[in-house]
Amino acid sequence: MSTTGIETQTELGGEAGRAEHPIFEGADWEFSTIQRAHEAIQRVALDELGLDVYPNQIEVIGAEQMLDAYSSIGMPLFYKHWSFGKHFARHEAMYRTGMQGLAYEIVINSNPCISYIMEENTATMQALVIAHAAFGHNHFFKNNYLFKQWTDADGILDYLEFARGFVMDCEERYGEAAVERLLDAAHALMSHGVHRYPRPRTINLRMEQDRQRERRLHDEQVFNDLWRTVPGKGAQRSDPSAEERRRALLQLPQENILYFLEKTAPRLAPWQREILRIVRHIAQYFYPQSQTKLMNEGCATYVHYEIMQRLHQKGLLTDGAYVEFLRSHTNVVFQPEFDDPRYSGINPYALGFAMMQDIQRICTEPTAEDEIWFPAIAGKGDAMAVLRDVWANYRDESFILQFLSPRLIRQFGLFHVMDDASEPTLSVEAIHDERGYRKIQRALARQYDVAWTAPDIQVVDVNLAGDRKLILHHRALNQITLDERDARHVLQHLADLWGYDVLMKEIDPTTESVLKEHAATPRSGLLGADGA
Amino acid sequence: MNIVDRRLNPSGKNLANRQRFMRRAKALIRKAVHESSASRSIKDADQAGEVSLPAHGVHEPSFRRSSSGGIRDHLLPGNKRYIEGDTIPRPPGGGGAGGAEGAPDGEGEDDFRFALSRDEFVDLFLEDLELPDLAKRKVVDAEQLSWHRAGYSVSGSPTNLALNRTVRNSLSRRIALRRPKAEEIQRLRDEIAALSADEDAAVQRMELEEQLRRALRRTSLIPYIDPLDVRYKRFESHPKPVAQAVMFCLMDVSGSMTEHMKDLAKRFYVLLYIFLKRRYKNVDVVFIRHTHQAQEVDEDTFFHSPETGGTVVSTALDEMQRIVEERYSPDAWNIYAAQASDGDNTASDNDRTANLLTNVILPACQYYAYLEVGRDSEHFPPGFIRRDSDLWQTYTAICRSGVPMAMRKVGHRRDIYPVFRELFARKNQAETV
Repeated sequence: MSTTGIETQTELGGEAGRAEHPIFEGADWEFSTIQRAHEAIQRVALDELGLDVYPNQIEVIGAEQMLDAYSSIGMPLFYKHWSFGKHFARHEAMYRTGMQGLAYEIVINSNPCISYIMEENTATMQALVIAHAAFGHNHFFKNNYLFKQWTDADGILDYLEFARGFVMDCEERYGEAAVERLLDAAHALMSHGVHRYPRPRTINLRMEQDRQRERRLHDEQVFNDLWRTVPGKGAQRSDPSAEERRRALLQLPQENILYFLEKTAPRLAPWQREILRIVRHIAQYFYPQSQTKLMNEGCATYVHYEIMQRLHQKGLLTDGAYVEFLRSHTNVVFQPEFDDPRYSGINPYALGFAMMQDIQRICTEPTAEDEIWFPAIAGKGDAMAVLRDVWANYRDESFILQFLSPRLIRQFGLFHVMDDASEPTLSVEAIHDERGYRKIQRALARQYDVAWTAPDIQVVDVNLAGDRKLILHHRALNQITLDERDARHVLQHLADLWGYDVLMKEIDPTTESVLKEHAATPRSGLLGADGA
Repeated sequence: MNIVDRRLNPSGKNLANRQRFMRRAKALIRKAVHESSASRSIKDADQAGEVSLPAHGVHEPSFRRSSSGGIRDHLLPGNKRYIEGDTIPRPPGGGGAGGAEGAPDGEGEDDFRFALSRDEFVDLFLEDLELPDLAKRKVVDAEQLSWHRAGYSVSGSPTNLALNRTVRNSLSRRIALRRPKAEEIQRLRDEIAALSADEDAAVQRMELEEQLRRALRRTSLIPYIDPLDVRYKRFESHPKPVAQAVMFCLMDVSGSMTEHMKDLAKRFYVLLYIFLKRRYKNVDVVFIRHTHQAQEVDEDTFFHSPETGGTVVSTALDEMQRIVEERYSPDAWNIYAAQASDGDNTASDNDRTANLLTNVILPACQYYAYLEVGRDSEHFPPGFIRRDSDLWQTYTAICRSGVPMAMRKVGHRRDIYPVFRELFARKNQAETV
C-alpha cells in the first residue's frame, strides 16, 4: 500500500525511530550506495552535530593511484621530481611485499574537499571513510584558525596546476638538470621555508591615507605648544648604525630561509626565484597540518564514531556492519604501551579521540576534579558546541595544555622521562600523580609545539656590500645540535643558491656559547652561475 | 556531492618521476643490478626483481636534529612501576627510553629496496654489458613469411574479392551517372498499367512509356557492376621470426675445468639466453655436460656438481644430435649452441668431433659459438708463444667463412661482454659486406 512509504518517512524523521531499511547490506557497494551513505551521514553531521563543511567530492581510486597520491604528499597533481619517484618506489615495494597496507582514504584541504576512497573497501568502510574524511577532516579544514590563516582551500588546486606548468616550462627552457638541482636545493630547505608568524600586510594607498589622517587628528588633539620649548634630544639621538640599518632593510633576522633567498639572493635568475616561491608556498600550505595532526585525527575519529553510532541507532546500519566498523575503529585507536614491541610513539588517533571523548564527558558528567580543572566547560551540557569551539581555536600544543585531563593522564599511564646525555642514567621526572599532572601536560604539549620540535635556524646577517657571506644561527635548544651529515649537505645546497660563502653557528641559547660551526662554499657552475 | 570514478584514469602517472629517479640513481642501480644478476640462475636472469640501494645514495637531506646528545624529553604511555625520581639505566644503543623509542628519524642506514620491472632490468643489464642496439641487428636468417592485409588492388584472385569495397564503388558510380533505380522503373510501369485502361490519358501514357524506354536504355548502358568497380583484398608478405628457439649449453666438466672457468661460461650462457629471449617468444635451454661421456642435466647439476673423467667432446655432440632429433626439429626450432671448454680433448677424438660438427651439427644450427675459457691468472712471459689447444686447432680448420660458427678465447670476466658482442657482430658485418 502507498501508506507504508509515508510511515517510513515519518519514522525517519522521528527522534528514536528506527528506519525500516539500512542504507546497505553486505560488503558490496556501488555508486548509489555511496550516494545514499553520504546523504544519511550528511544529515547526521550537519543537523545533529552541527558541522560546517566544504562541499564534498568523493573520488574512487585503485591501489596504484593511492600509491601515486602517497608519493606526491597526497596532492592530485604536482610538478615532477625524482624524489616523488623514489617515494613511489619505496611505498610500492613495501606494499607488494605486504609490509605495509594502504590507507583507506586520503583527504585534501581544498574547496570542494576531495576525498579519495579505495575501491577495495567494503561498504561499511566506505561509510566510515566518508564520515571520517569527508565530514571530520573537512570540518576541521574549514574551521580551524590555522588553516584559515595559512591555507587557501579555494586556490590550492589551481596553484598546483600553475606550479606544475611553470616547472615544466622551466625544464624545457633551461634543461631538466638545472631545474632538478634547483628543486633539490629548495626541497632540502623546505622545512625552513615557512612563515611561522603572520606578517603585517602591505598597506595599500587607502590604508596609508587613513593612517595619515588618524595621526594628524591625534597630533591635533594632543597639541601643546609648550612641548616646542622643551630642550630637544634630537641632536643626541644617534643614527642607528649602518649594520642595524642593513639588517632592518633585509628584514633580518629571518627564519624563512627560502623567502630570504627568493627576495635577496644576488645571483638567482627570475625563474629560479619563482620556483623557490612555489616550493615555499607548498611548504606553507602544509604547515598547519603538522601542527594539528593530533587534533585533526582526533576530530575526524570522534566525528566518525559519533556518526556511525547514530546511524546504527537509527537502524541505518546493520548490526554486522556496525561490528565491522567497531573492529576497524578499535584498531585505529589502539595505543600500545611503551614496553610493547609494537610501540612507536603516541598514536595521534588514540590520544586525539580519547581527548575529544573526555571533553564530551566533562561537559555532560563532570567529576569534582573536572570542576576544578575545567571550570569553563564542566557540566556545560552541550558537548558539540564546546568541541566545535575547540576544533576552531586550538592547535595540538595549546589543545593539550588546555584539555589534557588528569583522568586521561591516569588512563594512559603517562610518565615523563628525561634523557640528559651528560648523565649516566635516565630519570623519571613526572608520573600520573597530583604533582605530575601539570608537568606532564606541559611536557607533552611541548612535543607537539613546532617551536620545540623543529630546529630554530635563522639568517642573522649578511654584508651585501662586502664579501656577501651569509651567516646563520641555529639556537640549539637543550644543546641538541643538528645532524652533522645532513646539515653539511643542506648547507651546501644553501651556498649554491646564495652564490657565496655560508656560515652556520650552532649556539647554546642558555649560555650564548658556540657549540659547532659549519661552513660551505658554493660549487662552481651550479645554480647561481647558471642563472647569472 | 560529486562522486568521481578515477579508477579508469590512465595509469602510470608516476612514470616520469620514476624515470627521473632511475636516472638519478643510475650508477647505484647499475651496480645493484650487476650484483644481483651474478646470483641469479640463467632462466631468472632477466626477470623483474627487487634491488636494494644504499640509503645514503638517494637521501634527501634536511636540517634536522641529531639523534644523540643534548637533553631530551620522552613522554611514554603505560607506566606500571615507575614513580617520580626513579632512575632508569640507559638502554643500549642510546636514543630511546625503555628501549622502545625506536630511532626517532626512521631513515637510519637501512637499504632502500625497490622493484625493477623486467624491461628496466634487462636494459640496465645489457647497458652494463655495453651491447648497444644488439636486438636490432639481424643475427641470422631466423625468419618465415607471414601474410598481412595491405589495402586493396584492382587485380587478384576471385577468392580475394573485396565485396564491400566493390559494391561501394559501384554504388557511387551509379549515383554519379544517374542510373535509374529499379523502384523508379517499377513505378513507371505501374503508372502505365494504371493508365492503360483510360483512353483519355493516351498522351500522358505515351510520355510515360517514352520515359520508361529511356530509363531502360540507360540501365542497359550503365552496368550495375563495372569491371572498374571491382577491388580485391591485397596481401603482403612480412618476414616473421620463428617464435621459438632452443639453446644448447655444452660444457666440459672434467677435472681440468675450474670454478672460475665455469663462472665465465655461465656468464656467457646468461648473455646468450637474455639475447635470445629478446628475440624469441619461447626459449628452451638444454644443458649437456660431458667428460668422456655426455648427459643432459638440469641447470644446478650443470654448474655445480663436480665430475671426474677424461674428455671426449664428440660425446656431447652425439647427445645434442640425439636430443635435436628427438625433440627439436630444425624446421620448427631455431637452434643455438654454445660450447665452453678449456680446449682439452682426447687426441683420437678430434677427427670424429670435426666430422660430427661439420656434417650434422652445423647444418642444423642457426649459430654455434665456441668459447675457450682460460685461467684468470694465466700470464705468459714475453716471447712465450702459447700453443693452441687441441680443440682450438680442430675447430679452426672447420671455421671458415659461410659456416655459422664462431670461436673466441676468454680469460677474464671483463672479456665476456666484448667477446659476446664480437661473436654476434661478425656475422652481421660479413652479411653487409
